[in-house]
Amino acid sequence: MPAGYRRQLYRDDAVVLRVQKLGESDRIVTLLTRRHGRLRAVARGVRRTSSRFGARLEPFGHIDLQLAGSPEGLGSSLHSVSQVEAVTLYGKSFLTDYPRYTAASAICETAERLTPVEREPALRLFQLTLGALKALSAGEHAGSLVLDAYLLRAMAFAGWAPAITECAVCGTAGQHAAFSVPAGGSVCPDCRPPGSAHPSPDTLGLMSALTSGDWAVADASAPSVRRECSGLVAAHLQWHMERALRSLPLVDRRELNL
Amino acid sequence: MYEGAIQDLIDELGRLPGVGPKSAQRIAFHVLSADPADVNRLATALRKVKDLVRFCTTCFNVAESEQCRVCRDPRRTNEVLCVVEEPKDVVAIERTGEFRGRYHVLGGAINPLEGIGPDNLKIRELLFRVGTGEVKELILATDPNTEGEATATYLALLIKPMGLTVTRLASGLPVGGDLEYADEITLGRAFEGRRAV
Ligand SMILES: [Zn+2]
Ligand SMILES: [Zn+2]
Repeated sequence: MPAGYRRQLYRDDAVVLRVQKLGESDRIVTLLTRRHGRLRAVARGVRRTSSRFGARLEPFGHIDLQLAGSPEGLGSSLHSVSQVEAVTLYGKSFLTDYPRYTAASAICETAERLTPVEREPALRLFQLTLGALKALSAGEHAGSLVLDAYLLRAMAFAGWAPAITECAVCGTAGQHAAFSVPAGGSVCPDCRPPGSAHPSPDTLGLMSALTSGDWAVADASAPSVRRECSGLVAAHLQWHMERALRSLPLVDRRELNL
Repeated sequence: MYEGAIQDLIDELGRLPGVGPKSAQRIAFHVLSADPADVNRLATALRKVKDLVRFCTTCFNVAESEQCRVCRDPRRTNEVLCVVEEPKDVVAIERTGEFRGRYHVLGGAINPLEGIGPDNLKIRELLFRVGTGEVKELILATDPNTEGEATATYLALLIKPMGLTVTRLASGLPVGGDLEYADEITLGRAFEGRRAV
């Protein structure tokens, strides 16, 4: 710790992305905060049954918290949680819905992986993640559609959304029949690499609806179209990730409530 | 950095869960100054746990023979099966003296973020045990946290259609706590689980 360094207290609101046990009764929580990007903080004593903080620091919750540490990341790299209040604990609604629990896990792992550098503000991704967990908990749309919409938009923030309404290679506008993950999405007949997929036009229509937030079209899509769309979105995401997402193959695409 | 054997011990201790570099150093120097007989007992205990202890072939609790102590006990009933995450949960429930049925140890909870799915746990083995028809009630005693609850939900979804009673441990307010200090989820759960007085 540098001489003269003092731990500061600062407030922020955050989504709890991941929770890991530490020692006998502590936890390390990975948070996506509104103003300070992703950071990891230690929460002392939260696993004791007498702790009020435990339930608020469960995965998927939107919380308001006070952190101790330096917002600039000086001194100890781990901040500690000194106060936490619940804004909305979305995790609660996934406890009784296993498929949504798996979708929420994939959303949080994606958010973590798209913020490789700690304390780098990522306001849009924070808002997108919060919105996705809220939509998932509201249950108005199928869980797998909420997940795929999130993945498509998160990839757009990262700068590698699949091309849907133009050729990924030459930019020729229009819906093209072929789709190539390595080429970057839809490809025209001239640019189509060997081994391209030929998804149904409805599948590309669904991808486009999910990207733009056209829920009327998305909600009306057929199960086979959703499956094909999920497959392409997952393949596209995994292609751009250095390491495969662990949670994505474990997403349960069954619908319990719809 | 120290030299040779003492640094090796610090490194090995530091790989244990919950032991940081400072604790590893403290334990290592404690061992160094301890009575040789005490250190020998520790070394023997460490070796024996790997040589003798294995997992019960029926319930996956820790055992020193084919089956664990609970599975071998003829006075316990096969009609009630309690599903827990870890062997230490068996110990905790046994301490209450309330339960006379058998256990099934999953070996963890479903946690997609850590890459742990249903296939990584002893769920297929659980289905097999339940499928014999001897079990009348299944108690889901996974941890009262998100992963534990989700695992219980997954199991209930899978096993309820098989026609046996599936129950979840009541999760109430911690004894000794003030109502106003209870967190939102625990208090909500306490309302759901209320009973007539
Ligand atoms: Zn082209
Ligand atoms: Zn056993």
